[in-house]
Amino acid sequence: MNKKITLDFLPPGTCGKILALTATGDLGQRLMDLGFYPGVEFRVIRNAPLRDPFEMEMMGYCISLRRQEAGFVEVEPL
Amino acid sequence: MSGRVLAALAGQPNSGKSTIFNMLTGARQFVANYPGVTVEKKVGYFSQDAAKVELVDLPGTYSLTSYSMEERVARDFILDDNPSVVLNVVDASNLRRNLYLTMQLMEMDIPLVVDLNMIDVARKKGYEIDDAALSKLLGVSVVVTDGKRGKGREELRELLARSSDEPGRASPFHLDYGPLEPAIGRLQRRLSLDESLKDRCPRRWLAIKLLEGDENALALAKNHASHWGELADNLERERQEYERQFTLPPAQHIAFKRHEVSDNIARQVLRVKHPGMRSVTDRVDAVLCNRFAGPIIMCAVFYSLFELAVNQGGRLAAMVTPYLGQAQAFLENLLPAPGYMHEPMITSLSSWFMTSVSALLVYIPQFFILFALVAILEDVGYMPRMAFMLDRIFKRFGLHGNSTLPLILGGIYVGGCAVPGVMACRAVPDERARLATILTVPLMNCLAKTAFYIMLVGAFFPDHQAGAMFFISTITLIMALPIARVLTMTVLKGRETAPFIMEMPTYHLPTVRIVLTRAFERIWIYIKKVLTIVAAVAVVIWALLQFPGVSDTQKADFEQRGAAAFTKFEKAIAGMPLGKAINNEGDLMALFAFREDYRAEKAAASGNRQASKGVDAKFEATNPVFFDAVKHRHSKAYKAFDRLRKARAHIWRERQQARINSSLLGRAGKFLEPVSKYAGFDWRVNVAMLSSFAARESATATFKALYGIGNDGRYVGAAMRNSAGGIPITPLNATALMLFMALFPPCLATIIMVRVATRRTMWMLFGFAYPSVLGIAVAIMVYSGGGALGLSGWQAMWVYYGLALLFAIFMGALPVQKPTQRTKPTLTKGAYIQ
Repeated sequence: MNKKITLDFLPPGTCGKILALTATGDLGQRLMDLGFYPGVEFRVIRNAPLRDPFEMEMMGYCISLRRQEAGFVEVEPL
Repeated sequence: MSGRVLAALAGQPNSGKSTIFNMLTGARQFVANYPGVTVEKKVGYFSQDAAKVELVDLPGTYSLTSYSMEERVARDFILDDNPSVVLNVVDASNLRRNLYLTMQLMEMDIPLVVDLNMIDVARKKGYEIDDAALSKLLGVSVVVTDGKRGKGREELRELLARSSDEPGRASPFHLDYGPLEPAIGRLQRRLSLDESLKDRCPRRWLAIKLLEGDENALALAKNHASHWGELADNLERERQEYERQFTLPPAQHIAFKRHEVSDNIARQVLRVKHPGMRSVTDRVDAVLCNRFAGPIIMCAVFYSLFELAVNQGGRLAAMVTPYLGQAQAFLENLLPAPGYMHEPMITSLSSWFMTSVSALLVYIPQFFILFALVAILEDVGYMPRMAFMLDRIFKRFGLHGNSTLPLILGGIYVGGCAVPGVMACRAVPDERARLATILTVPLMNCLAKTAFYIMLVGAFFPDHQAGAMFFISTITLIMALPIARVLTMTVLKGRETAPFIMEMPTYHLPTVRIVLTRAFERIWIYIKKVLTIVAAVAVVIWALLQFPGVSDTQKADFEQRGAAAFTKFEKAIAGMPLGKAINNEGDLMALFAFREDYRAEKAAASGNRQASKGVDAKFEATNPVFFDAVKHRHSKAYKAFDRLRKARAHIWRERQQARINSSLLGRAGKFLEPVSKYAGFDWRVNVAMLSSFAARESATATFKALYGIGNDGRYVGAAMRNSAGGIPITPLNATALMLFMALFPPCLATIIMVRVATRRTMWMLFGFAYPSVLGIAVAIMVYSGGGALGLSGWQAMWVYYGLALLFAIFMGALPVQKPTQRTKPTLTKGAYIQ
């Protein structure tokens, strides 16, 4: 299995595309409900003053999430 | 077009749902709770074309799963209460994501009306939406509104009122789940064969939910299916088969498909005219969430909350206080007046009651300012930014970014109230963090504690007032954070945690109406909960301080001393005009009443020489003899009366102390003395602390009386130490006392809110027990430890501060455990990352 890039590795300013979600249950559902699904393009906007959580934009709105949770989102940088 | 219509309002958070709710129902709103849960249920009414519409505001949710309480509540209401229509508020500027909820609502087979709200924001963003096309695609009516400006109100009202005429007309729209359709079909057929399950809820909806693995849907099927075992096998097979064939769990496929269809619809109806413009929100956030400027601005916001609410609000409160005093005096006048030695019980109880209640009413101006300012921050959209910036710190202590609001309301610096603070905890999605927040909010500095600190600081640290206030204002958070961490590592261990995924809404100007409504709502909670509970407890505390009362011999002794003073007075005034005027107790009480009235009118006229002279003239005309005794300091009559008054006050005070001494509460205070003396508290402090459980503000008053802190705020206790013989108060003592007060168990109103918010008596008892033990332990450590080291109160303060800070840093540095996930944790993460 080749190494996949997850959302928590992207620095502010980068854009990307969601490939897959590896979380199930509560977290998986929350991510899906907020619009994380394969094919969505996004942009990482900024980190919180203490670097975690971070803010990103997708489908025209902004959300913030912790890096820990972002580790369950596989992405492809654009 | 007549009769009653039950309509529900559904929508995602930040879709302007409450604006629409207010727009439709106006002032006719009521707040209740959904049965069995703490989710707030708002109901409003309006009449339109002879129909009376009852509109229920469902909680704002992104989806309708059974993972969160809000989502379950919204879903159950739609399924069980059978509203004739559901009004789905959709944020037009965020159409694609909002349609995701619409897809789910339509699956529930209910008549739906889509409200395309915030059209103004969408237009500003350069969006053009074809609402007619949207209506056609979805097969439901679509109304375009701009809730802020009340546009679209009539159209919506008419549609809702008319909905009862066309019952059960659900949309023909059918979301095609593609490769999952065969499985849905098979399951649906199975469900239709089950007699007891088939009419309980829409079959297609249930089939989809079962394939999703939705907990509540599974429970529903399990409880009602006639052959659950068979159905469960069937379901499991379908799910496994699908996952094997398409390498995607059905739950993900279902959600992805909903997004895909929403995206498709959005593409067809939405046209972006001028994209790529950087939004105002983004530019504002570049400053407000900036690594350096962000925290500084946040501190400034905290400080202005404190400055405006506590300091400026305090000035406002000081203006209100005299009126409250006058109202109380007026009411007390209606009660039977006390005699020379006899105090009617009803009068004493009523005064106590009114004093307790007005002590709380005084805070209303401060609370109103605080709540309004917090509501502005909420409405503008700054709260999520605070959560964003603070989450990292809070997470280290087992709390959550969303714990910010409850802690602010509770008094994160100084000046708050734990009651609304605990109420606001329901916004914390993570169960463990929510409980930890509920249990630590009472440690914040509420306004009543603040008054107590100000008194002690003024009396014992006159040279270091600012420093001592800074100490106590910040030490509470420094203590609360590690306590929260300890709680999450011990009693709250294993509780469910939730991910921190939060929408950052766009900023917008605050709406006066929403801000005022929210502020009034919180004030109302305060008035209702605090006053009813405090009023009830005030009566109980009064009784505990009153009974069983002084012994008969003591009573006779006081009576006799009173009589002796009266005889002495009579002798002194014999032969004077006053002597002729006063022949019995009734005459004497008339003199007392005359003095009271005179003083009251003089006080009212103070500052105005003309009016003041008028009062003198009036009273002299009414009764020149009495006037002489209350006005002319050098007259014999004045001196005699003055001696009598002082003697009487002294006897009353001693009788009061004797009564407290032998009262149930007094005995409890003495009972605790063997332990509390190590913290420097004698039984009188214990009594004050016990009685403050009803309402903290009474501690300040009881204290001033017991320890002789004068009106100038100076400690005169050493000179006044009386026969009761207590531990003299030193600054070290005061430090221990302030820290005890900071940790002291929440007042009764808060305790009850903890019960309401956690729905467990166990947590209520725990929330009472742990701060009591901790409080006394810290006080003993400071008093006995500080005493042994020969520290002054001021030194002990900072030694303790350093220790607490070290402890907080230590607890924060402990590694944080990985989040737990609900339902089968089939995580695949660790396998290839890290």
